[in-house]
Amino acid sequence: MSEFEPKIIAFMCNWCSYAGGDLAGTSRLQYPPNARIIRLMCTARLDPAFVLKAFAEGADGVLVAGCHIGDCHYVSGNLKAEKRVQMLKKLLPELGIEPERLMLRWISAAEGERFASTMKEFVEIIKKLGPSPLRGAAK
Amino acid sequence: MGDEQGKNRQADEEEPRIGVYVCHCGVNIAGVVDVEEVAKYASKLGNVVVAKDYKYMCSDPGQKLIQEDIKENRLNRIVVAACSPRMHEHTFRKALEEAGLNAFLVEMANIREHDSWVHMNQPKEATEKAKDLVRMAVARARRLEPQHKPKVKVKRSALVLGGGVAGIQSALDLADMGFKVYLVEKTPSLGGKMAQLDKTFPTMDCSACILTPKMVDAARHENIEIITYAEVEEVEGYIGNFRVKVRKRARQVLEDKCTGCGLCAEACPVEVPNEFDHGLGVRKAIYVPFPQAVPLVYTIDDEACLGCGMCEAVCGPEAIDYEQKDEVLELEVGTIVIATGFDLFDARRKPEYGYGRYENVITGIEFERLVNASGPTGGKLLRPSDGKEPHRIGFILCVGSRDEKAGNPYCSRVCCMYSIKNARLYKEKHPEAEVFIFYMDIRAYGKGYEEFYRQAQEEYGIRFIRGRPGEVVEDPETKNLLVRVEDTLLAMPLEIELDLVVLANAIEPARDSEKVQRLFRLSRSADGFFAEAHPKLKPVDTLNDGIYLAGTCQGPKDIPDTVAQASAAAARAAIPMAKGEVETEPIVAFVRRELCIGCRICERTCDFGVITMVERKAQVNEAICRGCGACAAACPTGAMQIRHFTDEQIYAMIEAAMREEREIAVKEVEG
Repeated sequence: MSEFEPKIIAFMCNWCSYAGGDLAGTSRLQYPPNARIIRLMCTARLDPAFVLKAFAEGADGVLVAGCHIGDCHYVSGNLKAEKRVQMLKKLLPELGIEPERLMLRWISAAEGERFASTMKEFVEIIKKLGPSPLRGAAK
Repeated sequence: MGDEQGKNRQADEEEPRIGVYVCHCGVNIAGVVDVEEVAKYASKLGNVVVAKDYKYMCSDPGQKLIQEDIKENRLNRIVVAACSPRMHEHTFRKALEEAGLNAFLVEMANIREHDSWVHMNQPKEATEKAKDLVRMAVARARRLEPQHKPKVKVKRSALVLGGGVAGIQSALDLADMGFKVYLVEKTPSLGGKMAQLDKTFPTMDCSACILTPKMVDAARHENIEIITYAEVEEVEGYIGNFRVKVRKRARQVLEDKCTGCGLCAEACPVEVPNEFDHGLGVRKAIYVPFPQAVPLVYTIDDEACLGCGMCEAVCGPEAIDYEQKDEVLELEVGTIVIATGFDLFDARRKPEYGYGRYENVITGIEFERLVNASGPTGGKLLRPSDGKEPHRIGFILCVGSRDEKAGNPYCSRVCCMYSIKNARLYKEKHPEAEVFIFYMDIRAYGKGYEEFYRQAQEEYGIRFIRGRPGEVVEDPETKNLLVRVEDTLLAMPLEIELDLVVLANAIEPARDSEKVQRLFRLSRSADGFFAEAHPKLKPVDTLNDGIYLAGTCQGPKDIPDTVAQASAAAARAAIPMAKGEVETEPIVAFVRRELCIGCRICERTCDFGVITMVERKAQVNEAICRGCGACAAACPTGAMQIRHFTDEQIYAMIEAAMREEREIAVKEVEG
């Protein structure tokens, strides 16, 4: 049996984390290919429903990444995202989803290294947790 | 124009006809990802009319390929699977526009930075990922809508914040180009840190001699309005139309009446330490920071003033006005240059060197003031403890720079050179003196710098000791200082007794950087200095359109680099003003009125005050909306949306990421 390969949806802000991902690429930092990134202008755009939708579709993990606190291109979008993620982490267990399947990280445009290590770390976490309990339900 | 818009509207109404273009990027992508297979896969996706792979999509023939297909196959949506959209999105947007299609009908799948380059040893998985990313892009492309970039007029005036050499240079350049400039400075005079320096390396020009003519030029320029003793309180608006509130503090001296004669200061009985000389000398409660101040207008230091009336009594032109109030000015400007400079590392944070405890440990800037002819000692370097001329002097470099413990891993870029310069200055006057420089590495990178350093070693006999001193200890009787250091070239511990120690303390972000960052919505890099939009290609732009950076507020630099950057910032700031109008981002919020229930959650969520309630429904002021999407995420009904990032577009990507195409097709049929 082949090893479980998690499917991960990542929401990233255009200015910091998506650019950090670009830098990881330019620097040829290797990391596991499990995440599919959806670019938002700011993590402020992260409707909690997007995260729930991703889990409902069977995602094994959801990663949200934005600018470091104080660095938001739009003043405080990342603080709003942080609150929403905290709320979701409380809500997810009610739906039978481990809160560890949702991760929030601040990754700046200069942190290609942190981008790659976050990807590695999150894939490891999800591999340990195994497939999402909602995986089959989606289809 | 009408025709073009007609075509744009077409895209809105017609069934999507999508073209997918998979780029090889030479071997950058094709060396890992099976691009042919990805293109073949894409051709099977719904609404995809053509799918091709090509060596370099961004090349001229690559773009032509898309443009021809748009015409021949009546394509109305394009997906380019290539590099990051941050790299070439604008290239393909232009290509679409040239082919008569709205620029926003292209979607990019990032299969290079986010795929082939980061999964180089997993070609199979990388190819699968590329297919997923293309499928997601196609799903989003189906729902893309044409967007129109609104044009706004640009005011032909600029704000330059900070009156140091950077701000002065930017202001002069902009003013010479014919634009009105408001040059706002926090302290009572222009000049900044450069005005405090004695000589400048490596040419040994007197700093004031090269700076003060520029200050006077700025004061005389018909297009420059100098506003000193003033700080920005509020910034509203956006590129082309910033509204800036400036509080001009009351100096209690009328600027238009004061002649700068100085009789008031002579009469004033109050003496306080002079900031300009770093507290080494004194000034009166009514003062100018230094004799060549611009404007040459006295200022009453409110905290020190006793209100005795002596100054008023002697002032011929009746310029003293104790009742003067702060004035709030409202400036309207098209662009802004930030030139707020730096502050120095507080050397007390390195207690091992004894600054603040030992009288004969001073900083580089204090040395500058002490050797300056207009300084507190009339240009004679005397030991603070006994007023004697020092014979043995040591300069310690990297005090708070290149120092993780101090929180500053960066190099301050000027300390090597100004310390060598100061060492040479002293040796010139006192050839018999023994001068040591304690360094980790000497960074002499500029024009003529290495030669200047060589001369210091070979002709001046200055002794360079490679090692960061561990501590400085004072002899309580003689007040001499013992420097303990390991000479790392000889691998030998040394103890050197000195009469005077000069610390090259680091350049740090100005203390009010955080306030300036908030006011102007800038970002800062890890070192705390303001971040440029791109380190190589947009070195003086910020991520806030219409605002540019000059000088050390962006990072430590010497005078030549500061002046060059200030001219660059001025040139960049002039572009929108010269054009007269700019296109702004169409990625802003809009309201689906039929869904809005008037709950006002969006209004409270918005950081920019762009949402108002009109007839109990939310309304967006698109001109000032920045498009972050906080309102859309908070809206409970889906009424609030962001153009180009609608709920449907994002949901489509989530579904496409998780499901194969046919499952979505089935769902759509069922739904």
